[in-house]
Amino acid sequence: MAVNHAFMGREYPPTSVYEVGREKIREFAEAVGATHPAHVDRAAAIALGHPDVIAPPTFAVVVAQRAEQQLVADPAAGIDFSRVVHADERFTHHRPIFAGMRLSTVLHVDSITERAGMAMVTTRAEIITADDGAPVATVVSTIVVRAEAEPGA
Amino acid sequence: MSSDGAGPDRSSRPVLASLSVGDSIGTRTVGVDRARLIRYAGASGDFNPIHWNERFATEVGLPGVIAQGMWTMGAAISLVSDWAGDPGAVIDYQARFTRPVPVPDPGVAVVEVAGVVGALDPGTGTARVDLTVTCAGTRVLTRSQAFVRLSPR
Repeated sequence: MAVNHAFMGREYPPTSVYEVGREKIREFAEAVGATHPAHVDRAAAIALGHPDVIAPPTFAVVVAQRAEQQLVADPAAGIDFSRVVHADERFTHHRPIFAGMRLSTVLHVDSITERAGMAMVTTRAEIITADDGAPVATVVSTIVVRAEAEPGA
Repeated sequence: MSSDGAGPDRSSRPVLASLSVGDSIGTRTVGVDRARLIRYAGASGDFNPIHWNERFATEVGLPGVIAQGMWTMGAAISLVSDWAGDPGAVIDYQARFTRPVPVPDPGVAVVEVAGVVGALDPGTGTARVDLTVTCAGTRVLTRSQAFVRLSPR
């Protein structure tokens, strides 16, 4: 099944609240080898002017990916996850993400293109504070859905 | 995981006035094994089996289990976070996933990260850091750039 181009331009309603946990930040920082003390030591983060421990720069993917599931896991979108490869990712931080923040995400499907049987799908996750809608991060992600193997190929 | 290299001294944070385009911000070597991938899967919520299931990975045409592109991206940026002295100073970060990082079993894949100052913009108070990220001599990320907010002097 081909990727459904009718999804291009779609904007989803804000996701349910994601509350950023201190131990979740620690777990993520340890997994990527981010050793800066501001990820795990509240006093070190406060000394830099942050309200609490702050997330590593790519942590926003945890939040964005949940929103992207609305598209990727929708059978009507026609995205076969077993043929998906990640092409690129960009994070723009409007403010650091810190423990205790309550976040929500609005997902946009910015582009769906096809070339040589491969579909490229670009999404933009606008992460905002759940309580007042202030911008926190913009996460732009492109996936490639590889062509299905030709019968007998 | 091993992590070493010519890392910067955290007590002295870089300022824009003392930087020149082409300056090295240091290097880092990061090892990744299968346990690391599973740890990242849990921390990030990305449970795509190509990152932990050899049978599944080979069935979809990969040479074997590969690292999450987002793990590599997250591991690479810690060089910049430490150099900047504040992970919250990284206001923009992007990368393109050009080549996979195959992770052997048993064994460790070694990812090398090097960063240079690519541009300075006193108007916005930012430095652009260009990262070179390789595994076994092959660039695995391209167009890997971070914009970092720094004090003017």
